[in-house]
Amino acid sequence: MAKGVVIVVGAGIVGAACADACARAGYEVTVCEAAGIGGGATAAGMGHLVVMDDSEAQFALTDRSQRLWRTLAPKLPAAAEFASSGTIWVAADAEEMTAVEQKHAYYGERGIETTILDAAALAREEPNLRGGLAGGLLVASDCVVYPPVAAEFLLERSGATIKMGEPVVALGQGEVRFRSGAALQADVIVNAAGMAAGRLTPGLPIRARKGHLLITDRYPGWVRHQLVELGYLKSAHSQDGDSVAFNAQPRPTGQVLIGSSRQFGVTDAAVDRAMLARMLRRAEQYMPALAGLSAIRTWTGVRAATPDGLPLIGPAREDATVLVASGHEGLGITTALVTGELIAAILTGGASAIPPEPYLPTRFQETEAYGHHG
Amino acid sequence: MVITVDGQPVEVQRGVSVAAAVSAAKGYTRRSVCGEARGPLCGMGICFECRVTIDGHAQQRSCQIPAAAGMQIATEVVIERPAASVGHGRRAADVVVVGAGPAGLAAATAVVRGGQRAILIDDNPAVGGQIWRAGGVPVAPSIELHCQTRVVDQPAPGVLRAENPDGIIDFSYRKLVLATGARERFLPFPGWTLPRVLGAGGLQAMVKAGLPIAGKRVVVAGTGPLLPLVAAYLRQHGAKIIAIAEQQQAPLLMKFLSALPPKKILELMKMAPALAGVPVWSSTWPAEAYAGGVTLNRWGKLKKIACDYVACGFHLIPNTELARMLGCAMQNGCVVVNERQETNVADVYCAGEPTGVGGVELAEAEGAIAGTAAAGQGPSKKLLKQRERYRRFADRLDEVCALRPELRDLPRADTVVCRCEDVTYGQLTAQPDTRAAKLLTRCGMGPCQARVCGPACEFLLGWSAPAVRPPVFPARVAAFSASASRE
Repeated sequence: MAKGVVIVVGAGIVGAACADACARAGYEVTVCEAAGIGGGATAAGMGHLVVMDDSEAQFALTDRSQRLWRTLAPKLPAAAEFASSGTIWVAADAEEMTAVEQKHAYYGERGIETTILDAAALAREEPNLRGGLAGGLLVASDCVVYPPVAAEFLLERSGATIKMGEPVVALGQGEVRFRSGAALQADVIVNAAGMAAGRLTPGLPIRARKGHLLITDRYPGWVRHQLVELGYLKSAHSQDGDSVAFNAQPRPTGQVLIGSSRQFGVTDAAVDRAMLARMLRRAEQYMPALAGLSAIRTWTGVRAATPDGLPLIGPAREDATVLVASGHEGLGITTALVTGELIAAILTGGASAIPPEPYLPTRFQETEAYGHHG
Repeated sequence: MVITVDGQPVEVQRGVSVAAAVSAAKGYTRRSVCGEARGPLCGMGICFECRVTIDGHAQQRSCQIPAAAGMQIATEVVIERPAASVGHGRRAADVVVVGAGPAGLAAATAVVRGGQRAILIDDNPAVGGQIWRAGGVPVAPSIELHCQTRVVDQPAPGVLRAENPDGIIDFSYRKLVLATGARERFLPFPGWTLPRVLGAGGLQAMVKAGLPIAGKRVVVAGTGPLLPLVAAYLRQHGAKIIAIAEQQQAPLLMKFLSALPPKKILELMKMAPALAGVPVWSSTWPAEAYAGGVTLNRWGKLKKIACDYVACGFHLIPNTELARMLGCAMQNGCVVVNERQETNVADVYCAGEPTGVGGVELAEAEGAIAGTAAAGQGPSKKLLKQRERYRRFADRLDEVCALRPELRDLPRADTVVCRCEDVTYGQLTAQPDTRAAKLLTRCGMGPCQARVCGPACEFLLGWSAPAVRPPVFPARVAAFSASASRE
């Protein structure tokens, strides 16, 4: 006998992880998706599974989730392209090397082994970075995954009923309503609709943050680790204005995936040539020879961002039958699995591996929630 | 002259493409994702099966690159050298014409006749398009010609960005004529990824680029008027044509032939001696290719034929990627134009195959009309009449080249459909649409950008064409990091 009926709205990586976790907790799960499995921000992301240190809450969330990913890895199909490529945080100068040392200490205190690379060691690890960089921090435990296939795997494993193609126009009070007027009832509804979550649960402090990516043809071994400039944190944290940062990832296919850009309040999917050019010039400052690789595709995605950079996981303010799982911004792939775990814990009333409080949607005050988040 | 292929010296003639030289020396040009040996399919820069490493630069389309003495070529991806510095040029003209085939040449000629400046851009090493490839076509000296130059993006309104061997060039225009031609349609069948199976036009292009064909046994298969043309060409160059297998039924072929315009009948008569004694089988199509031959399905019976090459194309499909990226309205896979060959996008004209496959006469008429209109003048009655006549021919061509439904049964579950990413038909039938297939199987995500598998999936699975995003053709990263500005 199922413990109850759960409807998950959204078949992105977060919705898939929630469906999987709820099904494993003994619930009967239906997933509703308007477009396609992993077709939104999930498909647009890099699939970098990274432990972040910008706040204790974010560390706890990313660290726990990455552990869940590494446990899941042996079960993933080959097409999910899981790879333990590690991350190198690249320091351009002596000032950034100080940040490397701080980061090294921070991770070390929390049980994550990292290696400080001096200039020569960095050049050995990544011969295609330009000369003259100060060094970097190697976080060997970081991984990459191909998110849409991982989402498909989680959905399949959940055994959930998938209701594809019909957009959900309203949810709440134990009911999900579709554009056609049809409705489905459930004990609990998980709103994992990404950017659309704010429309379905009014008042969520979600705003759009558009990003660009470019992928090259196959050049196996050209980049060996996920490379992120330390300035990335400045870019990722800035709460206004457009920003870019050097971020290059070796796909297991040998392709090089190049990011990243951030634009607030932009939801238009078109590739913004000026922003793309700015992003790539930044990348070429770190890897000049990127300029000569063959680029085969560019695309954009819109991340669902929150004011404090942490996702919204837990009951909606107005309606206890609705659990929100959105607002993951650029870390949705990394934090999908812990999101599912937290949602299942809230559902069953069980203990969760990490404290859920920092991520509860109710942490925002009314005024903030209804504020101008464009 | 001598080049080196995988460490071995190879003697090649001047003017031979790298793809032809490597194919002749090795029997293949690259290894696929799953490790299969692959050779060029299209011979015209579309399929990306001919990618090799040249002088330390990996992923080069070797069919578009002439061999040069001392070139070091590897069939594996070898990255020895950082990229050479990438130049950034800027050119401007009243009218920019993309594509130097019959339509583009006619358009550019009409522009300069109208007293305006024209720039003509083409991806191939020489003008003439696929039909007059390397045929010594004269180009008016006042036309500014850029060969080996392919348009990859529109970085700003009124500017097209292209790349060539030296770097990137921004072309500013007041008016733009798209004459991007057509490519062969390929349908997957078991064995079609073997290196000795090429497109019909693909094999012809490879022979024009120096692939030795004398004494080789060839089966030409598929559909459309290109098949006999290719067979005649190959035979004139010493090939032994075992048979031409045409999927269409005989009565429809006869109906088509009986309604040919006089000029086409003359062409046919000129070609006839070259094909004397070659069996032409209607209602026949390739069922399976294998090392050393092909099995044809002839009126439901399987017939094994030993041969060296299978040249296999299923008519043509328009190259509309650039038009679609610019926002041109489409109908039935073709760019919609008005009487002046204008698209719905301001200052953008389209001529030739992208508006509907109709052959060289229609392309020339449309090109001349587009060029005249872009130069601000009206076309002659003669041109309009020629366009009208050959549009009727184009309609009949569509009819006679219609694919029979049995061809949907050609691929088996393990037949590769997406050659860039080695995605099989069985993987695709489990997917609901183009987008899901892209995301969950990687179909169409490789460098050919679904130019080969996209049309196949449209026919086999009824899927829509994948959306076009920049780059419209793979290009150096530098083509997207350089800022855009008008000259």
